[in-house]
This record gives sequence, C-alpha cells and structure tokens, in this order.
Amino acid sequence: MQAPNSHRLSTSTFTNVSCPFCSLLCDDLIIKNRGGQLHVERYGCTKAIAGFERSVIKTSPRIQGREASLKEAVDCTARMLRAAKQPLFSGLGTDVAGMRAVLPLAERTGGILDHMHGDAETPHVLALQEGGWMSTTLTEIRNRADLIIFAGTDVVSDFPRFFERIVWNSHGLFDLKPEQRDIIYIGRHLNTAPGRSPKGRKPLHIECDQRRLPEIVSVLRTLLRGDAIQVRSVAGVSISVLQTLIERMQKARYGVLVWVPAALDFPHTDLAIQVFYELVKDLNKTTRFSGFSLGGNDGGITATNVCTWQSGYPLRTGFSRGYPKYDAWRYSTKSLLEHGTIDTLVWISSLSTQPPPVGSETPTIVLGVPQFKFSEEPDVFIPVGTPGVDHNGQLFRCDNVVALPMRTLRQSPLPSVASVMTAIHELL
Amino acid sequence: MLIRLNGGKVYDPANNINGEVRDIFIFDGKIIGTPLEDTRIDKTYDIRDRIVMAGAIDIHTHIGGGKINIARMMLPEDHEADPVSRTKLTRAGCGHAAPSTLTTGYRYALLGYTACFEPAMLPINARQAHLEMSDTPIVDKGAYALLGNDDFLLRLLAENKEQQSINDYVAWIIDVTQSMAIKVVNPGGISAFKFNQRNLDLDEPHPYYRTTPRQVLQRLARATYELGVPHPLHVHGCNLGVPGNVNTTLNTIDGMEGLPIHLTHIQFHSYDTEGDRKFSSAAPRIAEAVNRSSNVSIDVGQVMFGQTVTASGDTMSQYRNYPLASPKKWVCMDIECEAGCGVVPFHYRQRNFVNALQWAIGLEIFLLVGDPWRVFLTTDHPNGAPFTTYPHLIRLLMDRSFRRDMLSHIHKDAAAMSHLGSIDREYSLYEIAIMTRAGPAHSLGLKDRGHLAPGAAADITIYKEDANKEKMFAKPEYVFKDGELVVYKGKIVMVPQGATHCVKPNYDKGIERPLKQYFDRYHTVAFENFKLDPEEILEIGGGHLSIQPCHTGG
Repeated sequence: MQAPNSHRLSTSTFTNVSCPFCSLLCDDLIIKNRGGQLHVERYGCTKAIAGFERSVIKTSPRIQGREASLKEAVDCTARMLRAAKQPLFSGLGTDVAGMRAVLPLAERTGGILDHMHGDAETPHVLALQEGGWMSTTLTEIRNRADLIIFAGTDVVSDFPRFFERIVWNSHGLFDLKPEQRDIIYIGRHLNTAPGRSPKGRKPLHIECDQRRLPEIVSVLRTLLRGDAIQVRSVAGVSISVLQTLIERMQKARYGVLVWVPAALDFPHTDLAIQVFYELVKDLNKTTRFSGFSLGGNDGGITATNVCTWQSGYPLRTGFSRGYPKYDAWRYSTKSLLEHGTIDTLVWISSLSTQPPPVGSETPTIVLGVPQFKFSEEPDVFIPVGTPGVDHNGQLFRCDNVVALPMRTLRQSPLPSVASVMTAIHELL
Repeated sequence: MLIRLNGGKVYDPANNINGEVRDIFIFDGKIIGTPLEDTRIDKTYDIRDRIVMAGAIDIHTHIGGGKINIARMMLPEDHEADPVSRTKLTRAGCGHAAPSTLTTGYRYALLGYTACFEPAMLPINARQAHLEMSDTPIVDKGAYALLGNDDFLLRLLAENKEQQSINDYVAWIIDVTQSMAIKVVNPGGISAFKFNQRNLDLDEPHPYYRTTPRQVLQRLARATYELGVPHPLHVHGCNLGVPGNVNTTLNTIDGMEGLPIHLTHIQFHSYDTEGDRKFSSAAPRIAEAVNRSSNVSIDVGQVMFGQTVTASGDTMSQYRNYPLASPKKWVCMDIECEAGCGVVPFHYRQRNFVNALQWAIGLEIFLLVGDPWRVFLTTDHPNGAPFTTYPHLIRLLMDRSFRRDMLSHIHKDAAAMSHLGSIDREYSLYEIAIMTRAGPAHSLGLKDRGHLAPGAAADITIYKEDANKEKMFAKPEYVFKDGELVVYKGKIVMVPQGATHCVKPNYDKGIERPLKQYFDRYHTVAFENFKLDPEEILEIGGGHLSIQPCHTGG
C-alpha cells in the first residue's frame, strides 16, 4: 500500500472519514491533519477523539525491552515462531489486510486464532450455530424501527453516537417520525438519558438484574404463546409489566431488540442470545421484529469474517493438524494460557491499547500501537500503524454486512500489521 | 513461451467445431493461429485422443459475500467432514456445501472451470463480495449487483420517473460496485417483507410504494437492455418454491414484451399443483414457453440429493421455508434498505416426494429445452447442491440408462408423476460445451472466453475420454488458465490470480446529485464510502479489472 504524497497529507482536511475506534464505524467525520497530529473537527465522540488524537510518539521496536530495528524484531519473531510448537495469534485488533496476512502465517506455523474480545463475541457465533439469527442492520433501524428495546445495555457507554446517528434523526424514508419511536430499557445501572426523545418523551425503564435477562425473555416468550405463568413476578419485575411489554412488542410494526455481547456478563450467554433470537423469531409470526447484537469492537467482526471465508470456520480455529479445526471452548485465549497449551503468543492490537492478558509465562510478541503501555514487557514489541489513520484498509461494521474503507490520514513511518506479518512469513 | 496442444479432439461450439482433431497454439496467455512452419515450439503436449474444450464458466454460483459467509459460519459440522490441508502450493480450508474461498477456487479449477460469477451481490456488500472473490484463486470472477428491492429505485418507480433516470441509476450501481450485470430477486418482495407482507405476486402492489413486481421487472429489464449491458436482467422471480408458481413464471416471460431476460434457477419456479399432494412438475409448460421465447435464457438450479445450504437475498421465501431447515437453524436479515439475506440449510432426500420431484423437474427442464445456447448448467451453488456435483449432473444429462437407473431410486410417487422416464434425449459433448462454455460466455458478453479461436484467452480444459461421463468430467487431465498449466491429473500445479470482470455502461453523472441527497438524509454510510473504486479492487488483490464492452445502441 503506497503512502500518499506527504506534501498533500501534511496539512489537510479529510471529510467522510470512517472511524475505526468502535464497530459502529461512523463514516462522516471531518479530521484535520496538522503536521501529522490529527484533530477531529466534527462528529467526533469521546472514543474517536481519543483514538484519532493520540499524540504522535516516536517508538522503535524492542526485543527484551531493548530498542531494536524493525528487521531485528521481525527476525526475532520469525525465530520464535519457527521454534514454537503451538503458537496462538490473539488480540487480532486489525483490518482485513492484517487478517489476510495472519491467516497464512497461522496455517504455516500450526497456530490457533482468537480475538481479544473472544469471550464476549463467541456466544453470538454459537447462537448462530445452534439456532440462527433474525437480525437487521443500522440503516434499517434508522428508517424503520418504531420500537427499540435495549436489553442489559444503554449502548452509549460503548457506542457513544448510536442515538445521534441511528435513533433521533430528522429524516426517515417512510411515514415513521423518529420522534414516535418507543424506547425501552431492561436492566440496571443504565444511562437512559439518551433514550429521551428530542421533544422530551421519556423512555420506559424496566429495572432488573442483567444476569436475569434470560428469565425475563423466556417469560416474554411464554406470554407470547399465551401460556399461563404461575408466579407473580420474575427477576423483580411483575408479570403484568411483562404482559404489557409483550403486547407492545406485538403491536410494533418493526421492533428491534438490541444487546451488547460484552455487557452480558454471565455464564452460558450463547443460550441467552439464543433465547433472544427465539423470541424475535416467534414475534415474526405476526409482525416484523429483529435482534441486533452490537459488538465487534477492535476489528472483531472483521477478524471473524476473514477467518470464516478463508478457513470455513469463525475464530477459535487452529491449524495444528495442517487443516483448520474449530473449537469455540478449548481455543479461548484465557483457557489456552491457563492450561499452558500454547508456547508462543502473538498479540495484535492496532486499534486500541488493549494489552495481552498478564501473568502468563508464555513468550509473547506484541504488535501494537506505539502508545502501548505494558505492566510486563513482552519478549518482542513491534509498533504498528492504525488502519484508517496511518494506512488504508477495510473494516467490517457491527452488523456483519457493511465493510468500509479506512483511509490514510497522515504520513506515517509505522508499518501495517499486514506488512509485518508478511515479512515474518517470508522468513519461515 | 509458445505452447502446442497436439492432436486433441476439439469441441468449440462458438466456432462450430464439433470434435475435429486440431492443434491449438498458445502464446503469451492467448490462443494464436498456426505459427509459421519453422517457428520454435517451446513446449508440446501430446493430447491425441483427448477431448479439448474452453475452460468452463459458471454463470450463477454463490461464491462470495455476506450470506455465503454466514452459511460457512453456521455449519461447522458440514465442514468437519471435508477438511482440506495446506500443501506447499495451496492453502488450507474446507469443502462441502459452503466451502472456504480458497478451496472454492481450487475445486473449480480441478473441475476445469476458469470463471465463476457471483449472482447476488448486494451493492452495500460489494466490498465484502469482492474481498472474498479476490481470495478465490485461479478462476476469473465477476458479480451481478442486486437491485429491485432498494428504496432508492422503488421511490423512483413510485414517482413514475422517466426511464432515463432508472437507466442512469442502474448504470451508476454497476459502475460503483464494479459489477458485470444486474440481478433482481423477488422484485419488490424483499422490501414488502419488511412491511410485514408475506407474499407478493407479479401484479400485486407493494404495500408502501404501490408498484408491482411486473413494473420493477420491466423497468430493470429495459434499463439493462437500453444501457447495452451484455447479460440480460438476471431474474429470480416471485414465489420461489411455491406450488403453482408456474403461472407466475409464465406470466413473467410473457410480461417482458420481448425484452431480453435471464430466468435463473428456473427449476424452483416450475411447480404445478396437480396430484394428491398438490405438487407437480410444470417443466413441460416452462420448457415450451422458453422454446418459443427467443428473448429468454435460463439456468436450471438443479437439485441434487444430500446436505446443502440455501443462501438467498429472498428473505420472504427463506422465511416461508424455515420450517424445512435441516439441521434446524436459519438466518433472516433485513439489509440497509437495499435487500436482505436468508440462509436455510437443506437436506434434499431422494426418498422425499417433494425433493425427488424437484430433482426430476430440473432434469426435465434441461432435456425439454431445445436450444442449449439458452440453458446453462447450474445447481445455483449451493442452493440446489454444491458445484462439486456437476460431473454427476453432466452424466445424468449425457447417459440415458444411468438416468433411468437413478430415477428408479427416487420416491416412487415422484418417479411416477415425472415425465423423465419417457425422455430419450442425451446431451452430446458439443451441447455440454455450449451450456458450460460458449453459451455463458456469449450471454455475459465475454468476448475472449468460452471459445478457442485465435485471440481468445488460453483458458483450456482437456479431458481423457471415458464412457462414464461423471468420471471424465470430475478429473480433467490438464487445465490451462491464461496459458499457464494450473491443473495436471487432479492436482493443482500453479495458483495464479484470475481477473475481475465488469462492464462500464455510459450514464449521466447527474444521477449522483439525488443519490448523494438520499445517502445524506437516510443512510448510515456516506455516499463517498459506498462507492468501490477500481483502485480498491486492485489494492485488495482482485486481479486485474477486465472491462468487457457493452453493446451499442441498446
């Protein structure tokens, strides 16, 4: 990938910039480059500003904490991978090109692939493999949804511009006025203020313990079927409230049930997500309703998609036998580190400064943004550029459908994950 | 390098060559005429007694894009039975119903295919589709952009905008998604499903826009024709899979008023309601209509028995079919005010009456349509069956006694209701070469593919003749891609990157003004980022962009 003309990039304003710092991939940002330092001029949320405006710092690769050249760091990594019997490529906070370079290297070295948010994201894939999805995408929600239910999340804590971009718009394609949308929250400790309409209509908030959402949803399914419920309340919510809720869901013309996988912090979330989708599927017998899993930060959706089309399986796939083998449970980063199943960890994080899990003795190579801070210095650290900032690329949006171009905004000495991975591969 | 293929029996219908023994010369990736006598030949392949055809072309195969990737993700159990290990030359992956992209490329090449066309690329998903196709090695690729349920078009139709605006929009979509043609899926029906409508017949008004599927089809068919796009409008009609849909299909043919259309996977649209089970074959009526309508071409979408997965933009039909899912899991997704996607795994069983009759209906259509230039060999991969079943399908078409033997194994009532046992026709090698090479190339406007005359790209497949045609077509002896030997005796020997084919019809860029306003007001993707420019295709490794000429004058 050619770095664009430095003269043009040294002081420029970019419009329609897609933002890689959460999986909404808002692509309307205006960003100014002043001598390499970026400023978000418009449409930046806290995450975008923190990401784009990270100060430019000069960092060189390090081996055992000592400065090294990129070539030395690549050589050292190649040596470690050649000696490795079972490497793990995790983190995987990268773009399509990065994943396309990681996969052949994992094949070559018999490596396993997992994402830094694998524990949160895998249940959504398991729900697909166990029952399926009935879902929608952001532009559909924006134009059609007359009822949006947020289950166990307020969304904005993780996706700051969701309401601004998707919910409270001034235009809609159809008769629905955004002001008419019904907003309902289920859960506790949620910031429900953004759910208040521009004219001040308050959202409904049904308070309950997040961990008991599966029970609530199961009761909603039962009520939808018209079956009797023996108890008066579930998870502290009275059945009459739930009866009213399910009636509102049935009356919606295009309802959406939204959750954030990372916020479902309890065991067997795959089963919870399956129940969410079963409720949605049941509702579609008479009206239109969709589930919407809002996850996939740090390139999570991208990594899963590229891994799937190249290997046939989603993440948590390994190549130790020469062909891909998928195991959603055994191949989790946490479990592999805990059980000492792997002997080398390659950790990739080119979008955020999410460090590898601490406390493991496993030899570790980190490809990360220069701002990375370690409590335990890895064996090798290679600073890399961020897609959509330092180099071109593509990322997938949270809805699993839209891939957007990430553009170079400044001239950068930092290599891309793809180029580093390719250089390592060439040495093997 | 000058290569000589010495003494093969050549089947090249585009040039009226029917099994004549000829030498073929390859230079610089192209087929050339016989060189002067003292020219040095660098390499000679002695292929006497071998059958020579152009590389095969699959005109309708779901190889790249969101829905097929969801199908892959959904079915680990299907992949586990068909693991593919890496070799020094080829990457790891897996096969069967929804194979990994790399395996897809290798296996197509191993079957003698050198070009594959993804028929249902959602414009908003074009970037993903091209990314996946560029990870599908060896074969050339191309895609048809899916329109007919997108709110921008439906609004133009509802406002009864003049045809020129429709043409400009269609051409713009083809241009900015780097497409080869336009596909329409359940015209207006996917959108109607979002308004909670569960059926939409040809003349039924859309619940919001009040346009009918017939109007959508006519406008898009006219646009495709007037723009000079070589491949006619690629139509997945209304009422897929519904018993009695033959009437809709016949009305669709008649309703085109002579405009060229291609009816895809027509097997799924050829059902009548006779018999105790209210499900019967309408293949004779469909074949008769196709035979008398020279503006119509078809591909069959043959069903073959076994496990597969259906992936379609037709959410209305896929939702209707979900109770048949096997295993019991399925996906329906509404997408970006543009279309949708539905993924439903299917297990077609020969002892199941409906499945057995679907199998027979497909074969009846193949055998009753007279002109092989207007019927193409497809299973609608993977919807009717994975493409790896093609050699078996070819044997069914070429070998009457084998076909009758197979017929004796299917559900007895289905066999009894089918006309298949009474059809004697056997396809010749020449006809197979038409329906898998010359016909698709002609239909798509691929001037230098699908034939073997000087000037053509040297995409060549060489088979060892065998009375068992399944065996013969399953394992070509040599496959050349752009003059390079890529397959030898069932092994990949080289992995080049194929080209991405597209067309670039002329249009008035003024259409970008209302489009930009539409995106700004209603969409969540910026107009500028929706567009996929040719540089991005190169950047993502999609081979070179091969721009095929449009017809002039429409």
